[in-house]
Amino acid sequence: MSKPKVMLACQDVSIRYMVGDFKAIGLKEWVMRRLTGNYKVVDFWADRHVSFKLRQGDMLGIIGTNGAGKSTLLKAISGIMEPTKGRIVRRGNVSALLELASGFDGDLTVKENAYLRGAMLGYTRAFMDETYPYIIDFSELKAFEDSPFKQLSSGMKSRLAFAIASLVKPEILILDEVLSVGDGAFKAKSEAKMREIITGGATTILVSHSIAQVRKMCNKILWLDKGRQIAFTDDVEGACDCYEAFLRAPAGTEPKFDPDKIAAKRAAAKAEAERQAAERRRQEEERRRKAAEAATELARLRAEAAKLEKVRRILKGSGK
Amino acid sequence: MIDQLKKYQFLFEELVKRDFKKKYKRTVLGMGWSILSPLLVLLVMKIIFTQFFGRTMTHYTTYLFCGLLTFNWFSESTNLGMRCLYANAAVFTKINVPKYLFLLASNVQTLINFALTLLVFFLFCAIDRIAFTWRFVLLIYPILTLLVFNIGMGLVLSALFMFFRDVDYLWRVFLRLLMYGSAIFYTIDQFSARLKLAFACNPVYRHIAYFREVVIDGTVPSLPAHLVLAGFALAAFAVGAFMYKHYNTKFLYYV
Repeated sequence: MSKPKVMLACQDVSIRYMVGDFKAIGLKEWVMRRLTGNYKVVDFWADRHVSFKLRQGDMLGIIGTNGAGKSTLLKAISGIMEPTKGRIVRRGNVSALLELASGFDGDLTVKENAYLRGAMLGYTRAFMDETYPYIIDFSELKAFEDSPFKQLSSGMKSRLAFAIASLVKPEILILDEVLSVGDGAFKAKSEAKMREIITGGATTILVSHSIAQVRKMCNKILWLDKGRQIAFTDDVEGACDCYEAFLRAPAGTEPKFDPDKIAAKRAAAKAEAERQAAERRRQEEERRRKAAEAATELARLRAEAAKLEKVRRILKGSGK
Repeated sequence: MIDQLKKYQFLFEELVKRDFKKKYKRTVLGMGWSILSPLLVLLVMKIIFTQFFGRTMTHYTTYLFCGLLTFNWFSESTNLGMRCLYANAAVFTKINVPKYLFLLASNVQTLINFALTLLVFFLFCAIDRIAFTWRFVLLIYPILTLLVFNIGMGLVLSALFMFFRDVDYLWRVFLRLLMYGSAIFYTIDQFSARLKLAFACNPVYRHIAYFREVVIDGTVPSLPAHLVLAGFALAAFAVGAFMYKHYNTKFLYYV
């Protein structure tokens, strides 16, 4: 059987990010700082030597603490940024759902915003005309259709954003913390919708701080820490265990993906569990044996008592 | 390029619509204001400067209007265009869209504004007893070149605005200077040759001069006049396009 084709490949991708004084300063200040030598721009590598390959239908979970370079990597994959070094090969259209609620225009109505967002996501007008009733229905905003967007609560905003974005049928789908939107009822609805998209055959990348969610949905794990690639593996359980162990460890501990160690630990835990089960079984046996003994004893005593009763009756009869 | 345009046509239309709605929907006078405001400026200038220049000049109102019409379009287009990239930062840092679309959309809006003012301009021409000739068709040429020039300047300015926010302030000062330096309400006939050369290097003045030649003098401008306009437009556009291409993935650092 041939493997499904590779949809996305990152080959030794490194991304340099600039931080420093260049942001939001005016020309005047820039000149002044240049003259006084007070102009500092620091480059740092947000991602270093990241390599992985995803095949059709894969669901990759990217895990890592804040500042690990997850979002930067996603931006590079979706084409908003370019990798400083290395190459990203995409086979198919990429759709990224990053920080859904931003990028709307507060002055436009809900309907106008929906169309604008649809256009940005690359839908056609015909498609929007057709699906708009569904969007407004799904996001439960029928009553607000013509009110300015800024009057909506933040929950409503993300609901609309999700409803529009979830219509995508991309070959590569990027989800950045978007699975949990809205209140309880809507959350369930959105998760169901999300699963529908994922099972529809898309190659998906999920960034989430919920390890339970990653365990549940992903079949591959990319673990980043301060831009370095700690692991890329299909041993989801192993990687998640290691990551959780790292999170629990005292600050300063080096993150380490050591599936063998984890496997050994898991084997030990399993053996311990088995030993405990055996012990429980033994105790149960003992208890059952004792119960049986007690039962025989009881029967014996009852027989004895019956005998004595008979004797008592005979004696009573002869006494008359 | 054609494929790109087709792909983003819907987005482009929606952006134009958004800019339009934002500008007009929530004001009482709406679109009328954008015609009324240059007319008021025209009125003020007419009242004041007729005393100085208008006495010796025929069709002074039309002369003034030619200058104001052209200059206002340039000023409005570059002012609006300058901010359009920054204003849409929340969009292009999240979704991969061609960044020049925002600028093109804002230019569509100012073009429509210009077209409306142009209609009023023709009305004023008629009142001023200007002879309408076939040469008026030639006006399409400077309108096209100024459109490209506006887009080019918009590209440059919006890119610069991402890096330095006070470009806004500097540009406003420069526009004021340009307004006084574009011979909107005076003539340069009596100036020295060297000063005239300075005016010849002013793209906005060259467009104004073209307009006046066709409308007031009723003549066809020379070939060099045509070439200069195209040259300005292409140069500005080339610089702007280069900046966008070069900084395309770097803008998001500056948000």
